[in-house]
Amino acid sequence: MPADFNWAIGGEAGDGIDSTGKIFAQALSRAGRHVFTSKDFASRIRGGYTAYKVRTAVDPVQSVVDRLDVLIALTPRTIEENLDELHEGSVIIYDGERTTMEDVEIPEGMIGLEVPLKRLAEEAGGAIMRNVVALGAACEVADFPIENLDSALEKRFGSKGQQLVDNNKEAARKGQDYVDEEYDHEFDYDLETTDEDYVLLNGDEAIGMGAIAAGCKFYAGYPITPATDVMEYLTGRIENFGGHVVQAEDELSAINLALGAARAGARSMTATSGPGIDLMTETFGLVATSETPLVICDVMRSGPSTGMPTKQEQGDLNMLLYGGHGEVPRFVLAPTTISECFWKTVEAFNLAEKYQTPVYLTADLSLAVTEQTFSPEEFDMDEVEIDRGKVVDDDTIEEWQNEKGQFQPHAITDDGVSPRAFPGTGEGAHMTTGLEHDELGRRTEDTDLRIEQVDKRNRKVETAKEQEDWSPREFGDADSDNLVVSWGSNEGAMVEAIALLEEEDVDVRFLSIPYMFPRFDLTEAFEDAEEVVVVECNATGQFADVIEHDTLTRVKRVNKYNGVRFKADELAEDIKQTLEA
Amino acid sequence: MSSEIRFTDFKSDKQPTWCPGCGDFGTMNGMMKALANTGNDPDNTFVVAGIGCSGKIGTYMHSYALHGVHGRALPVGAGVKLANPDLEVMVAGGDGDGYSIGAGHFVHAVRRNVDMTYVVMDNRIYGLTKGQASPTSREDFETSTTPEGPQQPPVNPMALALASGATFIAQSFSTDAQRHAEIVQKAIEHDGFGFVNVFSPCVTFNDVDTYDYFRDSLVDLAEEDHDPTDYDAAKDAILDADKEFQGVVWQNEESVPYGEKHGVTEDMSQVDEGAPEGAMDLVREFY
Ligand SMILES: Cc1ncc(C[n+]2csc(CCOP(=O)(O)OP(=O)(O)O)c2C)c(N)n1
Ligand code: SF4
Repeated sequence: MPADFNWAIGGEAGDGIDSTGKIFAQALSRAGRHVFTSKDFASRIRGGYTAYKVRTAVDPVQSVVDRLDVLIALTPRTIEENLDELHEGSVIIYDGERTTMEDVEIPEGMIGLEVPLKRLAEEAGGAIMRNVVALGAACEVADFPIENLDSALEKRFGSKGQQLVDNNKEAARKGQDYVDEEYDHEFDYDLETTDEDYVLLNGDEAIGMGAIAAGCKFYAGYPITPATDVMEYLTGRIENFGGHVVQAEDELSAINLALGAARAGARSMTATSGPGIDLMTETFGLVATSETPLVICDVMRSGPSTGMPTKQEQGDLNMLLYGGHGEVPRFVLAPTTISECFWKTVEAFNLAEKYQTPVYLTADLSLAVTEQTFSPEEFDMDEVEIDRGKVVDDDTIEEWQNEKGQFQPHAITDDGVSPRAFPGTGEGAHMTTGLEHDELGRRTEDTDLRIEQVDKRNRKVETAKEQEDWSPREFGDADSDNLVVSWGSNEGAMVEAIALLEEEDVDVRFLSIPYMFPRFDLTEAFEDAEEVVVVECNATGQFADVIEHDTLTRVKRVNKYNGVRFKADELAEDIKQTLEA
Repeated sequence: MSSEIRFTDFKSDKQPTWCPGCGDFGTMNGMMKALANTGNDPDNTFVVAGIGCSGKIGTYMHSYALHGVHGRALPVGAGVKLANPDLEVMVAGGDGDGYSIGAGHFVHAVRRNVDMTYVVMDNRIYGLTKGQASPTSREDFETSTTPEGPQQPPVNPMALALASGATFIAQSFSTDAQRHAEIVQKAIEHDGFGFVNVFSPCVTFNDVDTYDYFRDSLVDLAEEDHDPTDYDAAKDAILDADKEFQGVVWQNEESVPYGEKHGVTEDMSQVDEGAPEGAMDLVREFY
């Protein structure tokens, strides 16, 4: 019996795939099982193939694998799309009475479970519940106590009335009973439950939650996949904490709204995806030159142009590191897990205010839209620390005034960080501009002042390099000659790949890099290693290029750019081959 | 209300580099007077400026200020105001800044109706880039980039504003100091987005829309018994292609500014020392 269980529901967009998958994932999480979800979705609202996959185990799971044990197929295409992952003994649940599924052929060696989903749902109170019937059937196959499903159904439909909840529970039981009565097959699964309490959330939600935890009060954005969830999360929640969300007319407006709020002293953020970052780049330089603290979140999807909006890629790194005309300091953080999405968001706000710079926070699509279980302690709000940096008030402002009593928002300092006076602070009136300026914030073309201000701004990065911890996350065998480096969502797959490699007697040291700029100096790690492999989801190896530049050493590369995230077993194989090559 | 505030308190010690005679001097003086008259002081005022000769205004005024990128001053202003409603927010820029590159933002700023004042210094030309056609330039106005004139009708900013649901629309003439300051003051006092298009002649590049031209053609709505709360009258005045006017042309007395409508009325600048109280409930939602 495999240690983990892989389940999916697939059909057409509009079939309720997402909510059904989520109910199942929640039922598992509430039963004290670890869950990792992934989605195959197309950029359309109705029609087109879409699937929601759930991997679950009693031990933590943090990636997807090439295997499906139970598949709920609402369309024949669902079976075709997943043929590679189905194996001997996989169970396919389908509604043989549905016209499109009448003649479907179950591949050799697999078990087709024909369940009249629609008919049973109608008996329970409405055809719309046919997916829930399927969930009940899946519970029976997986030997998973259906009470856990009840609890997820209550969470999902509770606000809409007890009748609806009861009908859904009834629908689930009809599915369960049907399988129990009509099939006397013994299935190999036994999804045990535990007493653990887990929370189940995705990266976008973790970013939104991190923002509120960090005291973010203002968010402006323009909808774009896969960043919209951040805005949707904040809407309706941030108000409870004294904040507000504005849906702007475009990304140019969004970042400027956020900039305005930040100038007014609010912790402020915007989130978008690559095409939106393109537009925001215009204002990015202004944010940096005016030394305004701002968190700009880029949830990467597959580019260029509109590319593949619903697919995975880590292709924006160069833009985040170098985008914009002229030279401006910035920080680029890239969380590597969903819980890190939370913590790095908190950190992003602190860095932004301590150093008065824009901070790019980048998650890739795989981190943003997949859900994972965590202990709630992973999000311990008592651990959140807020650092607002050098803010002056009515009493301390004098220290930063020139001999004429004028406040100097761009005062030259050793650490590169100038004082900040929120509007409303007495005697603090000052201007700032995207033009090069003097200490008062006024335009200048004086050659010496230009150099002073450029150096001052860049000095902030040097200060931050010294004062902050830019360490990578380390896994595997610290003494191994094989070094693997990656960023973003690849960490989960890589951590599981390490275990798989061990089984084949391949040891690796793995560094997962959460800070793209400033970066941890990898030179020493490279000196200790014989082979270095950089893993990333893009075609050209943008991070590998950067690392080669930093360390003056050639690296090997594992790149994936078909729009799908790395799977643990596949990645283990790729690493092995690359090391051997 | 600090009665000792004078309009000169809003002047910075930086000498304007506008061409002598530029309409922007008068526009700025009127803004400063209006701010002082409405009881504001530099420490509670935030001026956001666009790019252009007009956009330099933030440098010559003394207040909290941001001089942004071309065309995007309006969203900055809205962000400032929403984050701290106690501030008096003024946004200023040129006709190119506001109606060309920033036209999209203009439409949406108008419909968003954030309680701030937008002053457009309309000289019907691009001044800072040395004399190209602007969106308010006449169809036959010859410039270096439009030797035969733009051959497109000028935009009508007020019509654009009205169609977008504006709650306050006015026009003034920078050199008619008293009247101009009075009109801007009304815009400041308006609950919502106060939009003032100011004729602010460019003496260097525009020899058509000159001081003399405006002096001769301007009609003051106040002398015409115009009722600014009468929508149809406003529409007629705005769409009258043969009429240049000054005065408040439209004011919706029912206007509820964005902040009030959406309950955004608190200063957002203060943050707890750690995560806000109740933050752990956010985690519990994910059980
Ligand atoms: C993105 C961008 N494009 C172009 C410019 C160049 N530019 C500076 S001012 C200006 C036009 C200003 O015209 P207007 O807003 O009418 O102001 P005026 O100078 O007449 O007061 C242009 C095109 C710029 N600064 N930024
Ligand atoms: S060029 Fe025109 S708009 Fe610019 S300062 Fe001179 S007169 Fe004024």
